[in-house]
Amino acid sequence: MKIMRRFVSGIVGLTMLLTGCATTNQANNSRLDLIKKRNELICGVSGKIPGFSFLESDGSYKGLDVDICKAFAAAFIGDAKKIQFRPLTAAERFTAIKTGEIDLLSRNTTFTLSRDSSEGNGLSFAPVVFHDGQGLMVKQESGLNNLEDLANKSICVGSGTTTEQNINDAFESASLPYTPIKYQDLNQVVAGYLQGRCSAMTSDRSQLAAARSGFKDPLDHIILDDVLSKEPLAPASDGQDQKLGDAMRWVIFALISAEEQGITKSNIYEKVQLAKNNPELKPLRRFLGIDGGLGEKIGLSNDFVVKVISSTGNYGEIYERNLGKNSEVPIPRGLNELYTKGGIHISPPFN
Amino acid sequence: MNKHRNIFLQYFIFIVFISLFGILINNLAINLIRTGIGINFSWLLKPASFALAEYPLPYSASDTYAWALFIGWLNSLKVIFISLILSTFIGTLIGFARTSTHSLIGLIAAGYITIIRQTPLLLQLMFWYFVGFLGLKDNILIHIENIFKVSNQGIELYGLSFSSEFSALLFGLSIFTSAYIAEVIRGGILSVSRGQWEAFRSLGLSEIKGLISIIIPQALPAIIPGLTSQYLNLAKNSTLAIAVGYSDIYSINDTIINQTGRAIECFIILLTSFLFFNLIISNSMEIVNKIIVSSKKYN
Repeated sequence: MKIMRRFVSGIVGLTMLLTGCATTNQANNSRLDLIKKRNELICGVSGKIPGFSFLESDGSYKGLDVDICKAFAAAFIGDAKKIQFRPLTAAERFTAIKTGEIDLLSRNTTFTLSRDSSEGNGLSFAPVVFHDGQGLMVKQESGLNNLEDLANKSICVGSGTTTEQNINDAFESASLPYTPIKYQDLNQVVAGYLQGRCSAMTSDRSQLAAARSGFKDPLDHIILDDVLSKEPLAPASDGQDQKLGDAMRWVIFALISAEEQGITKSNIYEKVQLAKNNPELKPLRRFLGIDGGLGEKIGLSNDFVVKVISSTGNYGEIYERNLGKNSEVPIPRGLNELYTKGGIHISPPFN
Repeated sequence: MNKHRNIFLQYFIFIVFISLFGILINNLAINLIRTGIGINFSWLLKPASFALAEYPLPYSASDTYAWALFIGWLNSLKVIFISLILSTFIGTLIGFARTSTHSLIGLIAAGYITIIRQTPLLLQLMFWYFVGFLGLKDNILIHIENIFKVSNQGIELYGLSFSSEFSALLFGLSIFTSAYIAEVIRGGILSVSRGQWEAFRSLGLSEIKGLISIIIPQALPAIIPGLTSQYLNLAKNSTLAIAVGYSDIYSINDTIINQTGRAIECFIILLTSFLFFNLIISNSMEIVNKIIVSSKKYN
């Protein structure tokens, strides 16, 4: 009887804890209106991946994912500085969107069916901002060359990521046994690997390159040629909020389209003048918001492209700044070039 | 009159409590429907498709989520149970040392307790794992052929092998909890009046014999409740396993939440499992307490 009473009181307490977490929010309003009203964008990032989002010594965040947040803030609010960054772990990120803790996510997130679907995570993905693939990094001296060599070995992997599933798929389809050592964040994966707990570490190839850039002897580590998966990384928002999803989609396309048209941070105002003076340049006038009223259709101001490009530059500029040859984490552009230069980035027309 | 007011007050509190509870439930239900999440446990029977490093029962990636969770539960139980025994053992020794009349021993024990209690557990776990075990690199710390081996792959004892993740968590939890247990033991011993010590000494009993047969039986009723709460803390602290890569129930939950997006269901499962762990602990301790109290009556 006493046990029963205790159990019941435990259950009651538990339910109260759970229900206490739920907050009432207006579901019918788009998050976009809330962002404008708040005059600040709350952007979920990782904060731990050099080149994508990394906390600098002066307290600011830097990286490709961070610049994408800035582009959104410039388009939504008109000021790329009005952002609150929320560092999130891989496991926290989707709950943070669904509960409304953050407005949107720009955090190395792989676009997959189950994350996009309403029966799965129920998100909506913006266009891909970085095409990545999962790889394996080993120590040069180990003499390991491919996936087969890693049979029966321990592999350090981050938990709560698609990486965890991919590594399992790869080993299972090759019928190779292995031991996954799972850590909650990438820094621990790196520490486990460097301390010799695992023969290899696995993550997206860009993250491996980023992690390696911080090692004492980067040349002692090699990234194997095996590519285990496609990892298209894209910003995401709540799937039920079409208005915000649309706005995000076209901000990314604007970045890509601007690169294709040669519109950069330094020449944007010249281009605006050019478009104003030449009524026959129809596509450019529509793109820069002089004609057509395209911005208003997605809940933004008509000149949102001008605001975005003048604060962050086009996609190519963002890439060069964070992942280019002279950056701290150089990654060849490869698939991330424009379609005109052998890559796969392309923007639908601004019509 | 006073009695009536008491009854009225009780009913009032009861009604307030029930309505508050109702509002919270309603709030949760509305929000779940609104965000389109809903509560659904059917995913539990789908294949987990992730591998685990440690499993006390057979497990493969094609097993169900439910089975993966059960394996995680067993892994948690394993570390909690062994750590409970180990921390009680270390804690008791330190507790005795702390009350020792030998001042150097007392000082060492006090130093141990101070250092352990004033640093965060997470830090200690990281230390044991990344510096303690993994810091060994390829060196082998202790190696007695076929009996005992400590390396960065963990501990081997008579053919039983424990991974470095498990060992680090076990040590970290046991040592952390032992410092608190030592204080509980010391408090219990000090609660026995000085006269009892003088009495057994005058009877010619040795310090250790007197401690075991005279002091401890009288100190136990004061020790047990404190011990129970330390055991409960230990069970809850075991979730920090995720920091050192041990596949406990929390870490497996973390993976499942990410794969399925079923955060609420997973947390219900997690909270219920811990409620279960802690009910086992507190009820067993209550039984122990009853045995001690009743045996004392016949003394």
